[in-house]
Amino acid sequence: MEATVTTANNDEKTWGGGDIQPLGASYGKMMMWFFIVSDALTFSGFLAAYGFSRFKFIETWPLADEVFTHFPFMHGVSAPMYYVALMTFILIFSSVTMVLAVDAGHHLKKSKVAVYMFLTIIGGLIFVGSQAWEWKNFIKGEYGAVETAGGSLLQFVDKDGKRVALEEFAVKLPEQREALTRSKEKWFMEDAETQPTYSVAEIQAGFKAHPDLLIRTETLTAAKKKTVLTRAESESRLNTAKYVVEGANLTRNEYGSKLFADFFFFITGFHGFHVFSGVIINIIIFFNVLLGTYEKRRSYEMVEKVGLYWHFVDLVWVFVFTVFYLV
Amino acid sequence: MSHEHVSNTKRIWFVFGLLSVVTTVEVILGILKPASLEFNHFIGLNLLNWIFYILTIFKAYYIVWAFMHMEGEKSSLRWSVVSPVIFLVLYLLFILLTEGHYIYGVFKDSTIKWNF
Repeated sequence: MEATVTTANNDEKTWGGGDIQPLGASYGKMMMWFFIVSDALTFSGFLAAYGFSRFKFIETWPLADEVFTHFPFMHGVSAPMYYVALMTFILIFSSVTMVLAVDAGHHLKKSKVAVYMFLTIIGGLIFVGSQAWEWKNFIKGEYGAVETAGGSLLQFVDKDGKRVALEEFAVKLPEQREALTRSKEKWFMEDAETQPTYSVAEIQAGFKAHPDLLIRTETLTAAKKKTVLTRAESESRLNTAKYVVEGANLTRNEYGSKLFADFFFFITGFHGFHVFSGVIINIIIFFNVLLGTYEKRRSYEMVEKVGLYWHFVDLVWVFVFTVFYLV
Repeated sequence: MSHEHVSNTKRIWFVFGLLSVVTTVEVILGILKPASLEFNHFIGLNLLNWIFYILTIFKAYYIVWAFMHMEGEKSSLRWSVVSPVIFLVLYLLFILLTEGHYIYGVFKDSTIKWNF
């Protein structure tokens, strides 16, 4: 073993990259910084691609404060922004406990490091859980919409411009096609879950039966609101309907542009995966702290390195928050 | 290492307060959306979005400098980390946003109706 760790100056710190530190940081810390540089560029690529698609559909892009309106235990109350603001605070606070752990590490206070690491892990878990809840609401949807043959999305509003959910007006027609079930067909021929609750014909019939309903298109007006059509226009637009859209998936979503949901899933998913892996790494380091690994080393630099990663995750969220929810 | 091992706890809580205040301001502006800010433009971007982006970069600066302790590193490390990111991100944004705007024009002025 000794042969493999010999360096020119026969120094013992080969694992740390030797004594020569051109940038004044240890090997591990410097490489963590450069990993962060490359990861930052990956996220920038995603966010720039989001910007590209948004510029492409600048007149029809969904309005974020109409999409993310849920808050736990507040049903039917439109609370835009509050939930993501809460998530942001949770992540900033877990960043604070992380930096406090690093600070305690500098003073070799083992129990303090452990407590702060533990709080950081809890914060990270709460954040990932919040994101899962956000995804659940996004996927489930609230009002539903229909898609036309040309790929535009039509949403339903009443006279005051308030959104109306499909189930409030759709009529139940005699089933045109029964959804396949495993009990009636072959075991792999099941599509009950992917069938929307209503067919296009049921939506069209329901729309006719409610003369005060209007259709809202994706197009933004000069006042940055969605365009509401007149009753006559609405009826002719609805005749071109092809799909009933409920909630969101990677193919289509009830909020508007298809790419909106794709980018939402991809960017927040990629960020959530970073948070998740950060939590796992934090747990490993937490146990190392408890076992006294760094106490024996007389250096808590590993805590500092995972700290860098954790702060980076927070840093990315600051940008995702701005780009997805504010702008 | 260039850390003078003094406790930074005071500064950490100060930065936390700062980030919280900035986030609160962002959320309030995001909910209210004052028309005077939203419908006045400066170089193609409305004032509200200018404020959001500036505050975001302000927060990013404090996270990197205080939390990631960039202020305690050598300036060579600082530059080798920060400058490639800034340069490449500006380049990427310039290219993609310009092209996105161009494709918007293509869609608008033609009869193509293909939503991809």
